[in-house]
Amino acid sequence: MDAETLQQLINGLVIGSVYALIALGYTMVYGILGLINFAHGDVLMVGAMTALQTMLFLMGVAPGMSPVAMLTLALLVAIPVSMLIGYTMERLAYRRLRNAPRLAPLITAIGMSFLLQTLAMIIWGRNYHTFPQLISTTPLQPVEGVFVTPVQIVIIVVSALLMIGLTLLVNRSRIGRAMRATAENHRTASLMGVDTNAVIAFTFIIGAGLAAVAGVMYASNYGIAHYGMGFMPGLKAFTAAVLGGIGNLGGAMLGGIVLGLVESFGAGYIERLTFGFLNSSYQDIFAFIILGLVLIFRPTGLLGERVSDRA
Amino acid sequence: MKTLLEARGIGKRFGGLQALADVSLTIREGEVYGLIGPNGAGKTTFFNVLTGAYTPDGGAFAFDGGELPTGKPHRVVARGIARTFQNIRLFRELTALENVMAGHHIRTRAGIWGILTQNRHTREEERETTERAYELLRYVGIERFADTVSRHLSYGDQRRLEIARALATEPRLLALDEPAAGMNATETGRLKALIEQIRGDGVTVLLIEHDVKLVMGLCDRVAVLDFGRKIAEDVPAVVQRDEAVIKAYLGGGKHAH
Amino acid sequence: MNELAAAVPWLGKRNPTAARWLILILAIAAPLIAWQFGRSWVRILDFALLYMMLALGLNLVVGFAGLLDLGYIAFYAVGAYTFAFLASPHFEVHLPFWLVLPLGAAFAALAGIMLGFPVLRLRGDYLAIVTLGFGEIVRIFMLNLNYPVNITNGPQGIGMIDPIVLFGWDLSQNLQITEDFAINSLFLYYYAFLACVAGSILFIRRLQISRVGRAWAAMREDELAAKAIGINTRNLKLLAFALGATFGGVAGCLFGAFQGFVSPESFSLMESIAVLTMVVFGGMGNIAGAVIGAFVLALLPEILRHIAVPLQQALFGHVLLDPEVLRMLLLSLAMILMMLLRPTGLIPARARYAHPENLHRSSQP
Ligand SMILES: Nc1ncnc2c1ncn2[C@@H]1O[C@H](COP(=O)(O)OP(=O)(O)OP(=O)(O)O)[C@@H](O)[C@H]1O
Ligand SMILES: [Mg+2]
Repeated sequence: MDAETLQQLINGLVIGSVYALIALGYTMVYGILGLINFAHGDVLMVGAMTALQTMLFLMGVAPGMSPVAMLTLALLVAIPVSMLIGYTMERLAYRRLRNAPRLAPLITAIGMSFLLQTLAMIIWGRNYHTFPQLISTTPLQPVEGVFVTPVQIVIIVVSALLMIGLTLLVNRSRIGRAMRATAENHRTASLMGVDTNAVIAFTFIIGAGLAAVAGVMYASNYGIAHYGMGFMPGLKAFTAAVLGGIGNLGGAMLGGIVLGLVESFGAGYIERLTFGFLNSSYQDIFAFIILGLVLIFRPTGLLGERVSDRA
Repeated sequence: MKTLLEARGIGKRFGGLQALADVSLTIREGEVYGLIGPNGAGKTTFFNVLTGAYTPDGGAFAFDGGELPTGKPHRVVARGIARTFQNIRLFRELTALENVMAGHHIRTRAGIWGILTQNRHTREEERETTERAYELLRYVGIERFADTVSRHLSYGDQRRLEIARALATEPRLLALDEPAAGMNATETGRLKALIEQIRGDGVTVLLIEHDVKLVMGLCDRVAVLDFGRKIAEDVPAVVQRDEAVIKAYLGGGKHAH
Repeated sequence: MNELAAAVPWLGKRNPTAARWLILILAIAAPLIAWQFGRSWVRILDFALLYMMLALGLNLVVGFAGLLDLGYIAFYAVGAYTFAFLASPHFEVHLPFWLVLPLGAAFAALAGIMLGFPVLRLRGDYLAIVTLGFGEIVRIFMLNLNYPVNITNGPQGIGMIDPIVLFGWDLSQNLQITEDFAINSLFLYYYAFLACVAGSILFIRRLQISRVGRAWAAMREDELAAKAIGINTRNLKLLAFALGATFGGVAGCLFGAFQGFVSPESFSLMESIAVLTMVVFGGMGNIAGAVIGAFVLALLPEILRHIAVPLQQALFGHVLLDPEVLRMLLLSLAMILMMLLRPTGLIPARARYAHPENLHRSSQP
């Protein structure tokens, strides 16, 4: 493998693991409610902006604080705030729409997404903010010509840990069993004594927590944050969830990584492939093209099962 | 009598479940043909495969002398096969009249240009569609509910409306999936009269029904499915005494009234 | 028109004829009233009419056929850019309006079919995301196709687009009636757009009460049952996409010519969402709803802009919420609250797909 390929592999893994974390939130909610929570990407933004706000505050009151402590504190604020947002959305809006006509919850979710963006714009303004890069971004050079920053390493490690944690939670714990039962069938689950409302709320909360972490990592990696930063990663994570097979946790992780790799390699080669006609500003198109192709040729995704409309 | 529909070796599998296995049967023009069997025997699946909602894994249908396309519902309807659903599927927000008018879609031709200009042909066709829809509502006995949104109709009337909508496609074979389910004795009696009238008007009827009395009273011939296989086919009186059939029903249990 | 008349509060039910006249008079007098508040208000009305066309077109796709399209503004863009390419100094091409308009409509329809094909089999919510992606792809191309060959002129957009010229009559020039009386160009555009909206309403109304309208409604209510009565859902979906896109394309052409300038900024996702909100706000599947939703939601932000900004300045000494933020807040709240509190929309009339009165009328000798 030459240095360039290796570099793209690493970049793809980094962004892919962020996508995977976000995709998990989409896929869990979809698995249980059949709803595409369009506002999920914006929860990520709320996480990043809250973390930013916290850091700025801490820098003001305790200038000498160690970066690790500061980042931890920022996360400790950002995660609950995002969780609260996730819970509120479910409680105030989606819950009332569970038996509404087909398009109503989706349209509400779109409204939610824009509401969150607007509120963020009111609070934090329209500008791009510099996001403090508390973990070093000085690249290391493990192999000649290949660069990895400590932030990137942290992103991969943290994502991996969170994914393992979530898998254990869903497969081993009581609440995880309840989640799976609810996803299978609400009615049966509640007959078996599962409080499905609580389970659904819990799902939103967990998804929002993961999104907050993803948001902080995303902002740390690029060093910027602003009110609209959740939109693209949200959309791409959704693509990742579909690619892996929506409703399937393993699928979301796989889909995220695959999408990250495709993007990173695609951006690297697009210019050569189109003889210079398209350049890397078209990077964002890949996700949409993949989404379209998957939905047309394999709507159940890589790991999804076939479900057909019952006549 | 002339053969209208011939099914040859129809098979359909869902994952590990063989819902239909090598089902062959022949329906003659002008008869009422019963399709019975315990729950999960594959009756509805047979309808779905016949009408193109699902594609069969094997076998073929011949209808009125020609091969029937598989997996293309609109082409099947165009050839003259209409169906109703076991769990009523009306267009809930449309009125009874609009439901039936929608059913006439396939027999009309107006294109965008005609609709835009409202030319003679389009207006004429629209008037005919409306008239026919009223006629059909009268035919099934719910004309007074023409302007009622269909989800507000009573259960029995919804079933009748679904039949009217199916008839609006001008079928030669009408396939009814448990039309008497959930009806009381009076309603079932009226349904029986309606089906007889439909047959009298020259439409062949394929009937899935659990109500044994209705099947025995209406059908000229009956086929019995069990675990996706045809285990008997004959006139009702003979089928009723068939060992295999009795065993299937006792085994399946629930519907041996 | 009937639906619109019925939507007039109080009068609509008591005296539909009077309501109809009232609407007609208001529609004609609106720019005169607006003029009293300043010429910018007439311009706002012109834009409101363009939004009406968009809302009517999107309503056809979302409300009639039940296909949630989040990339609708892309068709508006196709129309606008077609006009800009074929009637501006950008490529030094200046084709006449009557030629460019059908071309813009046709390209938009083509784009609609191109989008339609791959998404035909998708369920409602997937469809929404894929159409959104489509809208974004179109925007990304508009932004970046200035290199290596300059096609769209990138983020700067294309300017100096030719105005609408009808039979040698230039709508961008004030119409001189006598020496000292002229009709402002904004009025000319207003009435031209009004005619387009009226024509659209008529056409869409005819579509609604036709075999096509009923087939769309059937498909929207229950796709499987629609197939079971012989409706070719594939063709009807494509038709909905194509026709909806055509309205977007026509509105886009008008927009390009009216504004004289197009840039990718006008075709952001927010605009798609704005048009969708108009449809939802008025009531999906309801012609009067689309018209009123577009009217209210195109005007309200402007009114807010004129009230809220001075008000904030007076109260807080500076502007806390700028007009653009207010607009987004309004639209997103409208969308959420409508779905939660009044999912059938502002105008709750049930859309009709049959016209039995005609039958009775014609059967009487
Ligand atoms: N789309 C599908 N996917 C998977 N399995 C299916 C599907 N449709 C039917 N089946 C299965 O196929 C078998 C036959 O079902 P079918 O509905 O044809 O039975 P039926 O004879 O109509 O029964 P009933 O009298 O209860 O209506 C059942 O076990 C059913 O669960
Ligand atoms: Mg059945």
